[in-house]
Amino acid sequence: MRKVFSKDEWLGNVRGDVLAGIVVALALIPEAIAFSIIAGVDPMVGLYASFSIAVVIAFVGGRPGMISGATGAMALLMTTLVAEHGLQYLLAATVLTGILQVLAGVFKLAKYMKFIPRSVMVGFVNALAILIFTSQLQHFVDETWVMFALVGLTLAIIYLLPLITKAVPSTLIAIIVVTALAIFMNFGVRTVGDMGELTRTLPMFLIPDIPLNFETLQIIFPYALALTVVGLLESLLTASIVDDATDTESDKNMESRGQGIANITTGFFGGMAGCAMIGQSVINVKSGGKGRLSSLVAGVVLMFLIIVLGNIVVQIPMAALAGVMIMVSIGTFDWSSLKTLHIVPKSDVAVMVVTVAVVVYTHDLSIGVLSGVVLSALFFAAKISKVKVMSLLVDGGDKRIYYIKGQLFFASVTEFLTKFDFSEEIKEVELDFTHAHLWDDSAAGALDKIEAKFEQHGTHVIKKGLNIESTELMDKIGGITKGADH
Amino acid sequence: MKKLLVATDGSEHAKRALLKAIDIAGKDEEAIIDLMYVVDGETSKADVLHYGDSDTASFKREKKLKESVELVEAEGIKANLIIEHGDPEETLIDHANSNDYDLVLVGSRGRNKLQTMVLGSVSHKLVKHIDAPVMVVK
Repeated sequence: MRKVFSKDEWLGNVRGDVLAGIVVALALIPEAIAFSIIAGVDPMVGLYASFSIAVVIAFVGGRPGMISGATGAMALLMTTLVAEHGLQYLLAATVLTGILQVLAGVFKLAKYMKFIPRSVMVGFVNALAILIFTSQLQHFVDETWVMFALVGLTLAIIYLLPLITKAVPSTLIAIIVVTALAIFMNFGVRTVGDMGELTRTLPMFLIPDIPLNFETLQIIFPYALALTVVGLLESLLTASIVDDATDTESDKNMESRGQGIANITTGFFGGMAGCAMIGQSVINVKSGGKGRLSSLVAGVVLMFLIIVLGNIVVQIPMAALAGVMIMVSIGTFDWSSLKTLHIVPKSDVAVMVVTVAVVVYTHDLSIGVLSGVVLSALFFAAKISKVKVMSLLVDGGDKRIYYIKGQLFFASVTEFLTKFDFSEEIKEVELDFTHAHLWDDSAAGALDKIEAKFEQHGTHVIKKGLNIESTELMDKIGGITKGADH
Repeated sequence: MKKLLVATDGSEHAKRALLKAIDIAGKDEEAIIDLMYVVDGETSKADVLHYGDSDTASFKREKKLKESVELVEAEGIKANLIIEHGDPEETLIDHANSNDYDLVLVGSRGRNKLQTMVLGSVSHKLVKHIDAPVMVVK
């Protein structure tokens, strides 16, 4: 495990890290507020989370330069828990999520990420983008044209300003302009202040106010498990993206553990569970952030701004936030996956689409990922269970040679058995396994069955070309079924 | 013309710049063409999503750009592949100015529509900040 207090990781890029940290802090504020609203809690819960997670992860994370905080993926998982049981249960679930993530780090589970197919990951980000987008639609219900105009203006500034200057983050300018417009023109549109309280104080250490019993655990455990999986998934994906963008390595198990420590701390300080953020991390790297200092600066500046400018923040119109969230969802969506839709294998497209559909239907990213993984496994089994059997009649019609090509295992034996003609009037059959492999007892059993059926008909069976592993398997478990028949 | 730098992203536009560079270098045995590809944040996101991890993504990029290198070498010209990570414009300008190039070639129009909208100013920026002569190939 790498040293946490590596001088280079902290002070190797001070100027770049401080500047990028400030840019990220400004971009984090509207997102943290919007994600709180998605989860159904006060804006402070998301702001405390982004502050605490960004600061803690700066010290204990495994991927310097990556930004973590309150995220949409996590917020979407909390909605039901908050609605049915309230904030205190969310804080407890956050602590439990952290504990599970620390365990995942300790037991080095990061390597199991490779069992999640890429088409499922693409489905994951696309579903996330769609959910963030649809979560904003509620803000348009029963609204006047003013709302639509302000959202349009926000998006126009966000996308057009970078054409003129990239010196200031366009999201921030969009929010300032739209907020100023709403205040001076007195539009009377809904603001952040209408969505919940924003206390301008530092977070305090508090033990979640819940009964510590089995019933509580039963309530929070399923949520904590989903949060753990989704949090690690997005964090490790983001870590790989930052690895690539900065051309450096990271410690994925240390990052899993770090995300856990950050969530435990956050739960005790009144924040909601979070994880790494793809968009913010890309912004950080683009703005010159590489080291641990960038995440620390982002967290500290965010809290400072909330304490100093809290009374202005509550006046930000929901229209501006909705605009920012629409931008976030457009940025999250993997558009290249649509462009390559006609090139990639149809089964991969199906997995991606099913993952997206399940998430959009259930609003639960973890169920979507699970469905995607299961479907991929089924497709894989279907693909690999195609066994080719060709045969040739030799010796003037007395002997038939079967050439077998493929993988013989539980999923392929049923079809495999149908390829033989057991009633043919011949003296001898030869089974050529040079291009086949026997994997399990189903395969060994099938072989025994074939032999038995031919011999019942008075046809002698010769097996040829079994590779070493397959032969060992047959020696170990073959012959049992045949023996039982007699 | 001994030392040329060509910015590439594997697109058709970049290929036109490369062909022009081969044309200019001619059959000069001492000529060297440096091919430069810069990976930015958005590219990292898309590539990691599609190839699984950073190592595989790097491998795929090298493989893709190998074709361009072979195109140069087939003409008997020496070629180097340089892959950097960062902001494409800044990285290209830095690299061009910290090495002695006789000519820097860039294709006009990059990959997608959004970039097309912005790219007029990109080639302008490159021409303005790179010390060596810059040729924008249409």
